[in-house]
Amino acid sequence: MKMSALPTKERFNFPTRHPAVPTVDAVMVEERAASFTKRSIKTSAKLSGLKMAVSMCDLTTLEGKDTPGKVAYLCRKALQPIEAKYDVPSCAAVCVYPNMVKYARKFLGENSPVHVASVATGFPSGQFPLPTKLGEVRRAVADGADEIDMVIDRCAFLAGDHAKVFDEIAATKEACGVAHLKVILETGELVTYDNVRLASEIAMHAGADFIKTSTGKVSPAATMPVTLVMLEAIRDHFFATGVRIGMKPAGGIRTSKQALAYLAMVKETLGDDWLNPQMFRFGASTLFNNVLMQIVKNVEGNYQGADYFSLS
Amino acid sequence: MKVSAKRAVVVAATNHVVVPLKDRKLNFGNKWDFAPAPEDSKNYVIAPQHELFIGGEFVAPSSGQYFPSINPATEQTLTTIAAANEADVDTAVKAARKAYDKVWSKMPGLERGKYLYRIARIIQEKARELAVLETMDGGKTIKESRDVDLPLVAAHFFYYAGWADKLKYAFPGKTPSPLGVAGQIIPWNFPLLMAAWKIAPALACGNTVVLKPAETTSLTALRLAQIFQEAELPEGVVNIVTGAGETGAAIVNHPDINKLAFTGSTEVGKKIAQAVAGTKKKLTLELGGKAANILFEDAPLDQAIEGVINGIYFNQGHVCCAGSRLFVQEGIYSKVIKKLRDRIQTLRVGNPLDKNTDIGAINSRPQLEKIRELVQSGVDEGAELTQTQCTLPAKGYWFAPSFLTGVTHAHRVASEEIFGPVLSVMTFRTPEEAFERANNIPYGLSAGVWTDKGSKIFKMVSKLRAGVVWANTYNKFDPTSPFGGYKESGFGREGGLHGLAAYCRLD
Repeated sequence: MKMSALPTKERFNFPTRHPAVPTVDAVMVEERAASFTKRSIKTSAKLSGLKMAVSMCDLTTLEGKDTPGKVAYLCRKALQPIEAKYDVPSCAAVCVYPNMVKYARKFLGENSPVHVASVATGFPSGQFPLPTKLGEVRRAVADGADEIDMVIDRCAFLAGDHAKVFDEIAATKEACGVAHLKVILETGELVTYDNVRLASEIAMHAGADFIKTSTGKVSPAATMPVTLVMLEAIRDHFFATGVRIGMKPAGGIRTSKQALAYLAMVKETLGDDWLNPQMFRFGASTLFNNVLMQIVKNVEGNYQGADYFSLS
Repeated sequence: MKVSAKRAVVVAATNHVVVPLKDRKLNFGNKWDFAPAPEDSKNYVIAPQHELFIGGEFVAPSSGQYFPSINPATEQTLTTIAAANEADVDTAVKAARKAYDKVWSKMPGLERGKYLYRIARIIQEKARELAVLETMDGGKTIKESRDVDLPLVAAHFFYYAGWADKLKYAFPGKTPSPLGVAGQIIPWNFPLLMAAWKIAPALACGNTVVLKPAETTSLTALRLAQIFQEAELPEGVVNIVTGAGETGAAIVNHPDINKLAFTGSTEVGKKIAQAVAGTKKKLTLELGGKAANILFEDAPLDQAIEGVINGIYFNQGHVCCAGSRLFVQEGIYSKVIKKLRDRIQTLRVGNPLDKNTDIGAINSRPQLEKIRELVQSGVDEGAELTQTQCTLPAKGYWFAPSFLTGVTHAHRVASEEIFGPVLSVMTFRTPEEAFERANNIPYGLSAGVWTDKGSKIFKMVSKLRAGVVWANTYNKFDPTSPFGGYKESGFGREGGLHGLAAYCRLD
């Protein structure tokens, strides 16, 4: 008898098209998202927007070649991105692999304004057994992670086993204890806006503190329409439950102009209560120095060369 | 594990704070305000006086009369415009007739096309200037004149330029020939775009033109005349006569006009139809509308809300195809109203030249008064008015984006065209009821259908008596697509092949 690779028993309680999960129309969501890129953000609004963007950055290094030394560069940059005279806030967090958490924590100390975020649960693929994933989370938290960026099980999601996705998020949330949980949907692998909306609903109901677009390892990473779909899910969740969930687009945001367009989208979709690092983050590495360069340009009136901005 | 003081804060945030039901509101405040971002307008000089464009030259009106053109956002006089009387119109028609007989009707289509391409390219080059002028003259936002009007203006000239030498292929088996002199009267809501819709197909087919822009928005048409000069369009092929109703009447009643095209109010359209009756003049009318935007329970709601917003607030609602009647299926009514209420709060009303402005100025004081009067009638008849909380500028003509709930078919606001940023919301229960209610009006220009189900879209489209039906989108325009109405929204089509046919004799 030929064995089917697909699950034979339908065990999910979150059907593919849950009646409470609205559908999304691609044409209009893309049109609406594009409208935010036409906001013209100049002078004082640009400066305050860019500083806000810095305060919302999760400065990130996620490479196999990461070392304690590299993490030290990152932490120092996150604490003080640029000379004090520019009055730029520190980043929200540094985001590292679990093995790097203890070094980041050591460098930043216990009472740092910069949080330590760790990716976990078999980042970036999520193709690992649950006990392994949970062990990883517990270890990262024990090492001092304030925030856990988990990945959802896209295998389960795309195979229709939404309950498994839900259960894993709930279990991860439990393993997090006091740490904040960001749930990465990896929207580049979910592909459709309907999938993004459904995955957002599952994550929020399962206990996410934040929902996050991407690992940065899959293209496309964050896009404005995908982020808009998630912001709308957050808004509807707030109306339904009273709980404010945070949002983190990650990957693909490379320029100050893009970052400001994202902030305009947050401002006009969720309002002022989400315009802070507690509720909105950027997952960023290349974006960061571009933002700093624009801040300096705004203050000094001309652009400085790349060598005037420290590497992280 | 040691928990520091700082991390205790994290703990508090982790245990999700539940906001009580009454406080679950979005706060669209001023935490991060956009600084003013005005489009630079000082490099574009507007002459203090504008003449008529007849026979390829700018000439003074025989009456010597001029009327002021006002920027509706500031109430400042921008310039004065010549008022053409019957004698001027006669001169213009004679110039057009001469150009038709001697030059334009004899010119090979390929050559006519070259002129149209040249005009299209110059429009593209001067797009920013034209957009700024359009915004100052008419009150529409720079965002729309820059991103919608001007690209479409150029696109129309490019599109019809392409047909000029291919008319035989447009109508297989027929021999298309031009009609003669076309009299064209256009409205103030899309001044330059309406000029393009009218002039481009007329010229492509070999006709010559006498065009009258609306008296509140003549500036860009006269700037277009300069572009015709720059393109070396033969003299008299397009003549532009400015003025109010009497100028238009002179065109309509002129015996040597072969074709009339009018876009504007149904009231004036009816008068034109009466005046033309019994003559040999061909006529197309594009008149008022009161479009139904129909929201089904299975619609992609957030996108549908965007469509509703675009449908009614685009160009301050000064759009003949505006989705001014919203029909919501009863099961989602409260959800839709809540979303609409939130969404209109983020609309930015103010200086139309500011690149972040979503809603500009109402075109004229009489229009503003008409909107106010109709909205008041809605309130008097028992509808509930919801408006944005924005502060309106002290000077200029403004109306805050609004919608009326509790509207029934018996309300005036359910059947009369408001032509402003005011939406009338009604409900329905079944698809049959939706198209019955949508069709229960003397107009039939456009409609919108919002549903996730394709079969429902096709069913609705086949039942709706409207010239354009948009599905899961709204206000999409393209030169290749015909546009026009049923019933009192007019007859004839503009755009696409249909638009070409209106300017040809097909033997």
